[in-house]
Amino acid sequence: CYPWAGSRLSRDSVALRRTPWSRPPPADAGGTRWVLEEIDNRKINNSFLRDHNYATEADIISTVEFNSTGELLATGDKGGRVVVFQREQESKNQPHRRGEYNVYSTFQSHEPEFDYLKSLEIEEKINKIRWLPQQNAAYFLLSTNDKTVKLWKISERDKRPEGYNLKDEDGRIRDPSTITSLRVPVLRPMDLMVEATPRRVFSNGHTYHINSISVNSDYETYMSTDDLRINLWHLEITNRSFNIVDIKPANMEELTEVITAAEFHPHQCNTFVYSSSKGSIRLCDMRAAALCDNHSKFFEEPEDPSNRSFFSEIISSISDVKFSHSGRYLMTRDYLTVKVWDLNMESKPLETYQVHDYLRSKLCSLYENDCIFDKFECVWNGSDSVIMTGSYNNFFRMFDRNTKRDVTLEASRENSKPRAILKPRKVCVGGKRRKDEISVDSLDFSKKILHTTWHPSENIIAVAATNNLYIFQDKVN
Amino acid sequence: MDVSAEAKRIMVQALSKMYGSRSQRGGLRLHRSLLLTLVMKSARDIYHSARAASESQDSQEEKPAASDSPSDPPRGEDESMDTSSPEVPEEPPKSASAAEPTHAEEDQENRSPVRVDRHSRKRRGKTATEPDFLPCKRAKMDSGEVLRILQDATLRSNSGQCARGTDTLPGAHMLRAVATC
Repeated sequence: CYPWAGSRLSRDSVALRRTPWSRPPPADAGGTRWVLEEIDNRKINNSFLRDHNYATEADIISTVEFNSTGELLATGDKGGRVVVFQREQESKNQPHRRGEYNVYSTFQSHEPEFDYLKSLEIEEKINKIRWLPQQNAAYFLLSTNDKTVKLWKISERDKRPEGYNLKDEDGRIRDPSTITSLRVPVLRPMDLMVEATPRRVFSNGHTYHINSISVNSDYETYMSTDDLRINLWHLEITNRSFNIVDIKPANMEELTEVITAAEFHPHQCNTFVYSSSKGSIRLCDMRAAALCDNHSKFFEEPEDPSNRSFFSEIISSISDVKFSHSGRYLMTRDYLTVKVWDLNMESKPLETYQVHDYLRSKLCSLYENDCIFDKFECVWNGSDSVIMTGSYNNFFRMFDRNTKRDVTLEASRENSKPRAILKPRKVCVGGKRRKDEISVDSLDFSKKILHTTWHPSENIIAVAATNNLYIFQDKVN
Repeated sequence: MDVSAEAKRIMVQALSKMYGSRSQRGGLRLHRSLLLTLVMKSARDIYHSARAASESQDSQEEKPAASDSPSDPPRGEDESMDTSSPEVPEEPPKSASAAEPTHAEEDQENRSPVRVDRHSRKRRGKTATEPDFLPCKRAKMDSGEVLRILQDATLRSNSGQCARGTDTLPGAHMLRAVATC
């Protein structure tokens, strides 16, 4: 039996107590037991935060992303900063501890700007980070705010030249009369320094707010998406981009839908998808035309008329779309569900998972407190067998596509000690509330998990809970 | 009337949210504004169908111009929304544009300086995010005022009088008051 499967909570927890560590988890992702190995952003911001309970808005994490090997984990925040964590090498001394993530580099990616023409402030909040595949010793990532995409190079320096003739070790120019001999400067080791430099700035491509960026599998181009347009850029060229999708109507008053997310196919460099606020996904082929306004495939599920309400349009808006690693499936997230689509079937999704259906009767209050506009992301595990997404009260949900089991876990300091196994959580939807269950009305809607990421090959996940970052690994014995 | 009360509440909240988003950092969010507009439209449709069912006798007192738009109350409310938040992306152009010229004829006496602005002002809607070459110098109103105006508007529209004439007064007062501050 799987310890974290929420549906068999009572029996499983008893089994766990009886034989706590003797039975190792099964090899597949379904049997993982999640352990907290926490990285706390407050440690990095040590100099700014004195009171542990006080979180500045600038520290709110707005995006998290593992790189293609999982060695690095990048986070972006509302203050325009990027913090990159690196997994330390596994040491022979402590074989039971898998590599921990430590801060590798911190830099200010974007600054607040002011558009004088429109009298609008441009937020510095990092909306998305996407890594480029590694091609040499340096690491490259794309980070974007509402208007500008930047390519950052993160490189290490662990040697420096010493023994210059014309200047001394502090850099001061030497008096020429004191130079009596020539020497060749040599490279000597120094303390590791990690530098981040902006290599490209892709600006003035978007009138509306950028919501996604996606690197193409050709590793030469990438696309940036705003509410109405998608632009294709070459990574080397910053003064030109190609518009490949434009859904802006001639008369803005006829606007009925906006683009909410877009992504390139993981293997086919000519294929990409974009999702809309109306709950549909369009797959486009760039070989068909220069402007991909006509889709190749159109994925939409007919609305269930019995669920119609004032808020049907809002909750059907797709907040995230992700290809599976295999490229065979698509996953979409709307307000209440996660859906998995087969690229070969446009009429309806293959699988639909309820993330927090108990909120369906609370939509009016969620509309009042603005939570109904929250944009949750979703993510696949490396083998495409498990999908994960966030919810409220710092809960996040995992769905095993093979066993059809799901689990609700919580990212919180109070409930998890480091190295402790996460206990599955359950929301009580009505009737008698059992012990350890939480009722819908007690959920904290200010604690939302919008951003999560999964290591590309291992069972390591990073979950952003407002200003804190939690990293969980599966427990191995 | 529960549905209609809920619909009204949703509309009022949508309006105040749209108004509040104008002062947000980063400018108007198109996606959010669109969703709010859709909610407002569907709430308005439900509100009117609920009210039309219960207030069919008022249709005799409505102006002939009411044939252009569904009924007088929506016009009154539309216009009051128009007054209070000029940048709000709105109702179908048809009913409003048809209503506007007829209102111009009827309301000669009640015209305020603001009116002229309103007729000639382009419906901003989502074009607020378009590059326009003048800085945006709109008077700000807090959501309490917006709600008050809307509540006044909906109360007045019950009376079956020219809703537009009575509704413009608080709006005009508001804008004039802000201009002089």
